[in-house]
Amino acid sequence: MSCTNKRHILEIDELSVSFLQYEGKKSTRQVELPVISKLSVSVHEGEIVAVVGSSGSGKSLLAHAILDLLPYNAKTSGSMYFDGELLTRERIHSLRGNKIAFVPQSTTYLDPLQPVGAQVRQSRKDPASRQRQRELFGRYKLGQGVDEKYPFECSGGMTRRVLLSCALMGDPELIIADEPTPGMDLALAKQSMEDFRAFADEGKGVLLITHDIELALEVADRIAVFYAGTTVEEAPVADFASQESLRHPYTKALWRALPQNGFTPLPGVQPYVKDMPEGCPFGPRCSRYSKNCQGEIPMQRVGCGTVRCTLYQGEDLAVHHHHGTS
Amino acid sequence: MLKKNLLFAGKNLIRMFLLLFAVSIATFALVAVSPIDPLQANVGQAALGSMSEEQKEKLRSYWGADTPPVERYVNWAKAALRGDFGTSLLYRQPVMNVIGVKLANSLFLMGLAWVISGLLGFVLGVIAGVYKGRWPDRLIKGYSLVIASTPAFWLALLLLLFFGVWLKVLPIGLSVPIGVEAAGVTFFQRVRHAILPALTLSITGISNITLHTREKMIEIMDSDYVLFARARGEKTGKIIFHHGLRNVLLPAMTLQFASISEIIGGSVLVEQVFSYPGLGQAAVAAGTGSDVPLLMGITLITAAMVFLGNFAANLLYGAVDPRIRRGGGKV
Amino acid sequence: MIRKKSQEASPVRLNERQKARLWLAVSILFLAGVAVAGYFCREAALVTDFSRKNIAPCFQYPFGTDWLGRNMFYRTLTGLSMSILIGICAAGVSAVMALLLGVSAAVFGKKVDAVISFFIDTVMGIPHILLLILISYAMGKGLKGVVVGVALTHWCSLARLIRGEVLALKQREYIQIAGKLGQSRLKIARKHMLPHLLPQFLVGLVLLFPHAILHESSVTFLGFGLSSAQPAIGVILSESMTYLIMGKWWLAVFPGVMLVLTVVLFDLGGSCLKRLLDPNSVHQ
Repeated sequence: MSCTNKRHILEIDELSVSFLQYEGKKSTRQVELPVISKLSVSVHEGEIVAVVGSSGSGKSLLAHAILDLLPYNAKTSGSMYFDGELLTRERIHSLRGNKIAFVPQSTTYLDPLQPVGAQVRQSRKDPASRQRQRELFGRYKLGQGVDEKYPFECSGGMTRRVLLSCALMGDPELIIADEPTPGMDLALAKQSMEDFRAFADEGKGVLLITHDIELALEVADRIAVFYAGTTVEEAPVADFASQESLRHPYTKALWRALPQNGFTPLPGVQPYVKDMPEGCPFGPRCSRYSKNCQGEIPMQRVGCGTVRCTLYQGEDLAVHHHHGTS
Repeated sequence: MLKKNLLFAGKNLIRMFLLLFAVSIATFALVAVSPIDPLQANVGQAALGSMSEEQKEKLRSYWGADTPPVERYVNWAKAALRGDFGTSLLYRQPVMNVIGVKLANSLFLMGLAWVISGLLGFVLGVIAGVYKGRWPDRLIKGYSLVIASTPAFWLALLLLLFFGVWLKVLPIGLSVPIGVEAAGVTFFQRVRHAILPALTLSITGISNITLHTREKMIEIMDSDYVLFARARGEKTGKIIFHHGLRNVLLPAMTLQFASISEIIGGSVLVEQVFSYPGLGQAAVAAGTGSDVPLLMGITLITAAMVFLGNFAANLLYGAVDPRIRRGGGKV
Repeated sequence: MIRKKSQEASPVRLNERQKARLWLAVSILFLAGVAVAGYFCREAALVTDFSRKNIAPCFQYPFGTDWLGRNMFYRTLTGLSMSILIGICAAGVSAVMALLLGVSAAVFGKKVDAVISFFIDTVMGIPHILLLILISYAMGKGLKGVVVGVALTHWCSLARLIRGEVLALKQREYIQIAGKLGQSRLKIARKHMLPHLLPQFLVGLVLLFPHAILHESSVTFLGFGLSSAQPAIGVILSESMTYLIMGKWWLAVFPGVMLVLTVVLFDLGGSCLKRLLDPNSVHQ
């Protein structure tokens, strides 16, 4: 998938998530709405991979799918691998909270009626838990008094550090962070991402889900571009230095839209789930659209990245799950 | 902090008094507007027909039909503020005494029903909420819906039929065995006579609390923090114990105190079926017999109970919810 | 042409929304049926015939007969029909009151809100049945007393709900934006608030019916409602009390079961309506 021989921590292969919904307000017909289609992304040891897409495009569902937290009317297909082995439901349930940790975005994910210290410890009272919790709080500069504070008494920054401590209690190998810097300016966001950088540098992995592409460019090692329910390109951050080194037309358009590159927006909007075009979802807005784009388009490896576009003839992807540790 | 609490309590108490005052005016107005002639209701047409004018005048002044309503209310209010709620026209004793005795009887019933319906309703509601959609929920929800749709007096009739008439294991009415002197009635006998009415009240009380607790529990299980707890690998049992119960306790408390009004209403019906001499039965008698002082007294006492219940709920909430206790002091 | 793609999941069994519609239809049919049938039975319900008194339920008299030889089946139907009509009337009036007072409290400023809220608290302080007795007494008992009583006691919770909803709506961004864009208050109310309130109001209204019927029968049972000449369910049940001890169980059981069935169906209808209209559960 990329030009490294590093071990895979997480591999997602052609994940699709759809919801059963009623067709309209009054109808009784149920239809399947695909929110994520054939998404593939992977995280190696020591790297931060950012899944970048616009708000509301369904990226958060990726986190929920990995952790088996999807709502009652969701259907999934595709496979996921952790540390080389298939992630079955049972395996997810045993790994989540210790080897795979989730960092959500806001204080609503904390129990409003329990002090944060107890929540980080998950209500455990044994000395080992207490010590670890104190250690983590100390590392993130949360004083002694914070233990007994309730979530409503904590500022945004404190809450973020508390949520991070929750994730690190179990000594995880993979952190999935869902929009960890909502509404922060770049400088503050970079600072709060330092903790994730330090974590990744220990040889672990971080899957960052965000809409903030500038932050991703500053902090991540690789970026997976999310559009209309699927990843259209996965590229190392270095490729974002110029338009030519990028592959997918959408990524190039995204590059052009950055303030430092001309701030040129692309006309049109991302298609709504119910109005997905046949074939490539970016088709209607693409200047290079052709008849070939109407069919199924597989993900292909091109150079150090992957792309889902008919303009490229690369190598077919093989899932590395039999590689194990190499 | 203490000062803030006292201020809060004080304001609530004042509001309570104002509300009680409003209740007394409303009740009196309703009673005064009535076209029912107290003489007819209590003495009867036949007896009236054979009375002389003086006798009728005496009766009218006894029943208070000869003074204008506003004056009557002011007299009543002035006396009430001194603690004198007048004399019951039907029982011919001071209203406070009558209420005292009847209330004691009713409290036994209502207290029992309040506690039982609160505990069982809470447990059933939590179970139904956690297992939403599965068979424990369907069972509990179904049962509660049917009970909530059953009038309390019919349920009382059924129980009376079943236990009193068919099985003959429990007495069919009153609060003490007939013909036994007051001193000779044992506690056990009192309990025996109270079982059926208390059982009826409890059954009807449970369903309401169950349904509302279930709603709250469902909201909690759908919340972000429960989702996060699952993401951290917590098992359902632990989630319920550490997050569910904590968050459902507060609304459950409010619910419990709000159910006081329903229980009082229910007791009116149940006591009628079992001829249990409690406050409810006295209210019906007072209404049927145009006993204005007694009606006023009973209405005020029950309204006071409801308001006190709300007051207690507010206080407890303020004491238990950290968001109110600590008043949002941000760092 | 770029075609759309969306698949249809084939319904092997009824989905929740279809079930909701089905049960709503069932409950409406049953209740309307009873109301109409009862109206046509009302003369048959009054016929007394001492030669057939106190007969236990059998094929000819499915609900048995009472001490005056009246056919309990017809009596029950007529009584139910009355209760349903009274319930609907009273609940309707109550709901309209709740709407007016709830909206007024939220829309006309703090002082009006304080007064209306105080009023709501006062009325809610008196237990329902007691208030019903008082109102019935004030109106001199009888049918008028019951309808007015039930109408005047049930609006409180719905009014509070509506008040809360409108207060919350006023704060919502889309309402404030509409105001800033220059739309008149009336237009905002009609175009933006009403569609949000209407479903809640409808559901609240339908859910008032079962309460109304329960309370009407309760107050009649106590002797404050309809006279014993009219066979309302409450009257039937209160009269049956004297004969229960003699073992004539059918006088209380059947009318009661039918009453419970009626209330349950109203409740069911209301929940189905809620499921169909409430956006939260709209995709179950």
